[in-house]
Amino acid sequence: MAAPGGDMQWCFSQVKGAIDDDVAEADIISTVEFNHTGELLATGDKGGRVVIFQQEIENKSLPQFRSEYNVYSTFQSHEPEFDYLKSLEIEEKINKIRWLPQKNAAQFLLSTNDKTIKLWKISERDKRPDGYNLKEDDGRCKDPNSITSLRVPVLIPMDLMVEASPRRVFANAHTYHINSVSVNSDHETYLSADDLRINLWHLEITDRSFNIVDIKPANMEELTEVITAAEFHPHQCNTFVYSSSKGIIRLCDMRESALCDRHTKLFEEPEDPSNRSFFSEIISSISDVKFSHSGRYMMTRDYLSVKIWDLNMENRPVETYQVHEYLRSKLCSLYENDCIFDKFECCWNGNDSVVMTGSYNNFFRMFDRSQRRDVMLEASRENSKPMQVLKPRKVCAGGKRKKDEISVDSLDFNKKILHTAWHPQDNIIAVATTNNLYIFQDKIN
Amino acid sequence: MSFATAMEVNVEARRILAVSISKLYASRSQRGGLRLHRSLLLSMVMRSARDIYHSSRESELASGEQPAAEEPMDTNCDPKEKARLAPEPADSSADMAPEVPDKDESDCDVAEDKENHSPTKQSRKRRGKASAAPDFLPSKRARLEPGEERYAAPPGSCRAGLGDSLSALSLNQVIPAF
Repeated sequence: MAAPGGDMQWCFSQVKGAIDDDVAEADIISTVEFNHTGELLATGDKGGRVVIFQQEIENKSLPQFRSEYNVYSTFQSHEPEFDYLKSLEIEEKINKIRWLPQKNAAQFLLSTNDKTIKLWKISERDKRPDGYNLKEDDGRCKDPNSITSLRVPVLIPMDLMVEASPRRVFANAHTYHINSVSVNSDHETYLSADDLRINLWHLEITDRSFNIVDIKPANMEELTEVITAAEFHPHQCNTFVYSSSKGIIRLCDMRESALCDRHTKLFEEPEDPSNRSFFSEIISSISDVKFSHSGRYMMTRDYLSVKIWDLNMENRPVETYQVHEYLRSKLCSLYENDCIFDKFECCWNGNDSVVMTGSYNNFFRMFDRSQRRDVMLEASRENSKPMQVLKPRKVCAGGKRKKDEISVDSLDFNKKILHTAWHPQDNIIAVATTNNLYIFQDKIN
Repeated sequence: MSFATAMEVNVEARRILAVSISKLYASRSQRGGLRLHRSLLLSMVMRSARDIYHSSRESELASGEQPAAEEPMDTNCDPKEKARLAPEPADSSADMAPEVPDKDESDCDVAEDKENHSPTKQSRKRRGKASAAPDFLPSKRARLEPGEERYAAPPGSCRAGLGDSLSALSLNQVIPAF
């Protein structure tokens, strides 16, 4: 994989989605995920649809143009439902998509809304049978008396058809809203997490799941903390972590007991008393947790920062990166316009040397851990000429604004990048604005 | 804390409380049901604001100053006094709206205690402003849950001691038992 040495530059590659500014709510992208090879890129939206893009393996003779991602399959994963008992609507919005490692010709992914997880099989069909004895080509039955000879039907080529079919539906296991799913490294089990509970499933079994974490207090009035994200360790099938609204990450070992209410490790950084405000608790809530590919580190995202934790050190993170510190003085306004509740995700690059996360004004940031460098870039239609190099952006917190800087008060808080993904092996990134998916790649000199 | 600063903090805290309450009400009609995480964070902000409001009020009164004329919080009590906590059997709906009757009573506490504290003054209600509820608060009365009744708060209920009034109330009741 190309190492991000020197001054890595990012170029625009593609943008997917409607151009017009009037965003239909159903088109709002709610999750983005590459599969394990990076050949497939899946997005989920608020309307319950999943769109999968496939990288075309072409142009090997022209290395400066990496293959493009084109639509491979689109299907309606979840529909809106109504819970009659609680008189509640269940949103069809796709909260998470997770790919299963490929075992055969078909691809499998898990998609979830607030209440139900589904296992989808995506398979290709490029041949069809022809020459039935008892059926006409259009499907009508032949008159048996008219058949005078027998033939063996043959498979003939046809236009590629990609079919998505729901193979499993894992329902009725969550009282609260599902925020995470994570496939175990054993490729047989997976976990799903809601605000108060984490369940362990077997991919083949839909009518039963095991509750492995339950933080619901006996008296709900004593509730102080909820689960915000959970993930299995990439290599140790007995280990998983979950993050909380208090900024705490707990690592659990499933070998210790059936119910992992007692953590094996607890990661928490003491609060800086000088930063205390009305909103300290909100901004310390962790919105995403991701293990590094190596399994040695994990990354957490809270409202203003990204933290890298060494699994061997619980009392503080090894690295902290401020994503948009200029917002710290604006927390009251961000509370009023609800932006303070936005849940940003974060991701690692393939070799864990760079991390990426989104911000407002369609800005996103990359932090190069090895080179101690960071950059802020923008996903916009204005910078979307083919192979156009992205110019670094800067935000001016106050005082004199330099040329090309944008002032904090001019930031558009409706344009937020919550979901980003990094190709597992290559320097290709997918960045979701409200309803568009941008694909960028590094410039190959 | 200087009086001016305490005043600013006081006003800020009350503003945040009001914003939080309107968010809490708005979340009742959100598609997909009430979000537990969001409700919890809102209640935490409200608790911080309440604590800061309380301590800034204490420092105002400790410094011997009369609290400056504020918006008549007591009139805000009326629509919210009627607001009900969702019934809380353990098996009830997971997503009933959390409501904050205790917080409402605290506003009444403070307002009515202000009146008690300065008996020589007439009621500090400003009739002109009082008749118009602030526009950030819902104008409708809260929907009753099945089996509930409306009733006015008994007259004696707000007469808590000043020091106890805010600390006694529990913002934990924002998150109902499920």
